[in-house]
Amino acid sequence: MDAAAVFERTELGRLVAILAADGYRVIGPTRRGTAIVYGDIAGDADFAIGLIDEQEGGTYRLREVDDPRVFNATAGQTSCRQYLFAPRQRLWSAERTGTGFRLAEDSAGAEPPLAFIGVRACDLAAVGVQDRVFGGHYPDPRYMMRRRRALIVAVACARAGNTCFCASMGGGPEVGPGHDLALTELVDGGRHVFVAETGSERGALLLARLDPRPATGAEIAAARAQTEAVKGRMGREMVAGGPEAIRANPEHPRWHEVAGRCLTCTNCTLVCPTCFCSTAEDVADLGNARTERWQRWDSCFTLDFSYIHGGSVRKTAASRYRQWITHKLSTWWDQFGMSGCVGCGRCIAWCPVGIDITEEARAIRDSQ
Amino acid sequence: MPARKPKLAVWKFTSCDGCQLSLLDCEDDLLAIADRFEIAVFLEATRHRARGPYDVSVLEGSVSTPHEVERVRDIRRQSKFLIALGACATAGGIQALRNFRDVRGFLDLVYARPDHIDTLPTSTPMADHVPVDFELRGCPPSGKQIVEVLGAYLAGRKPVVPGHSQCVECKVAGTVCVMVNGGIPCMGPVTQAGCGNLCPSRGRGCYGCFGPMETPNAPSLAAWFGRLGQDSRDILRLFRNYNPETAAFRAESERHG
Ligand code: SF4
Ligand code: SF4
Ligand code: SF4
Repeated sequence: MDAAAVFERTELGRLVAILAADGYRVIGPTRRGTAIVYGDIAGDADFAIGLIDEQEGGTYRLREVDDPRVFNATAGQTSCRQYLFAPRQRLWSAERTGTGFRLAEDSAGAEPPLAFIGVRACDLAAVGVQDRVFGGHYPDPRYMMRRRRALIVAVACARAGNTCFCASMGGGPEVGPGHDLALTELVDGGRHVFVAETGSERGALLLARLDPRPATGAEIAAARAQTEAVKGRMGREMVAGGPEAIRANPEHPRWHEVAGRCLTCTNCTLVCPTCFCSTAEDVADLGNARTERWQRWDSCFTLDFSYIHGGSVRKTAASRYRQWITHKLSTWWDQFGMSGCVGCGRCIAWCPVGIDITEEARAIRDSQ
Repeated sequence: MPARKPKLAVWKFTSCDGCQLSLLDCEDDLLAIADRFEIAVFLEATRHRARGPYDVSVLEGSVSTPHEVERVRDIRRQSKFLIALGACATAGGIQALRNFRDVRGFLDLVYARPDHIDTLPTSTPMADHVPVDFELRGCPPSGKQIVEVLGAYLAGRKPVVPGHSQCVECKVAGTVCVMVNGGIPCMGPVTQAGCGNLCPSRGRGCYGCFGPMETPNAPSLAAWFGRLGQDSRDILRLFRNYNPETAAFRAESERHG
């Protein structure tokens, strides 16, 4: 944090304005109804200020607090995934032309570039995971186009939620690589500033336009201490040996126990910021003159997901729950050399019946 | 493409006509449907009536009278491809609530001359009486899905009508979960997608209009409803709504009655 700089809280609105003027679509934590989601930010007033989230298995509530912090909420239902890996997008369309057809491919190039402000460490880590998935052997051109053009202003957490366990997954709370700018929000008495570090050339140029001053040693120490303290406030923990225990126990009775509760509703996978599965849907007009291929988010909890000639491979809820947790925690390592779980806790809070990945891993490990 | 247009017939059984209205509501596509099919029977739209056989018959409503049992068999004999449309035709509909009571009691209450009424003790789906080639759910069904099924028929492909939960529609649309966020009991996790995310996107819990999803776990959801403060009567009503006669919803409602 040696080259850290500091800018005042009041400059945040200017940061938004600069990005908008540069042609970015600015996305950040904003209030929608009774929740905080990633949404469009037109100005300072769009940030969810004075609100914190209270989460438990199957529960998410907002509470008003007397706290001026801009980035005080932890992970909500949506993540960068919603924007970089669109839930439903057209891949190509074809039109009949006499005896043949003409093909038109859709690209993400016409969309405005995205600027994310207030990306938590876990969400940034998740972007890193999807970068590897979509940028690997079979690059996804739409994801890569959006990602290359996107600018990310990450924020180190000042509080942890009840469903957070990034500290035990290595997903946070310190901001890791992949950002353009990383902020730590310091509020102390009447002072409210952002300690900023740059992660890229683009981030450095952006920061310079805010006319920051160099951070003092005390400010750097305060920023470090704040993030460090968050580690001790994680509401959940992934037990050591949990992933190994899951891998070693494909026939464990616990899979049937959790299947009694699991609704196979897909929520855990669709709120997960790293899940990357999709399916293709063909849409043709009734006149048979035009056809389109769309990509839509899919999940290993649906029957269609494992459908091959003759039926679905994973018919039982037990086999589908096992697939999801095993992929997240274990086989992701074989596939991508990293964990598929960053510890954001979304799957716990947004599971309609509160099934908890950390509890399931613990139960299987402890039974050994 | 065949030279002759396929003949399409739309038939009404015990219903509110809402499914036929969903078809008529497909305004943009209606002309294309009329262009690609010969509309042989569609009394809600035209008095013209052509004789069978029919290439495609779309059945709306449930079977609730002895006469309807005969009619559906007759239509099946005359139809190459039979589509059951909507909650009544695929599950018996809301009128299948009679299946949980003695229907004679209702007749005495409702009609001045109950002896004039010739009805069955139950309201049942088409598939209980004849083989059905495709079932399209919903109360009412989605116009988009109707067009998709007819379009898929014309193209000779499988329609895109997934059996997964309503929750998928919430997540794809970015709708914040009303159950997790608001504590509102929602049938979405056990209900098949397809409506276009109507209720959750407006802050309401799903009513289960599209019937059970492919692998519903009703007991687990009902137990969670209990934790949200719903008593047995509430839970019974949630499962005994537009699709009370489906196996999963029937069994769950009976556990609470
Ligand atoms: S957990 Fe399931 S949905 Fe997620 S990436 Fe793995 S297979 Fe796909
Ligand atoms: S674990 Fe929870 S969110 Fe995931 S499919 Fe099962 S019930 Fe749905
Ligand atoms: S609102 Fe209902 S349908 Fe939507 S995700 Fe929540 S439980 Fe599922």
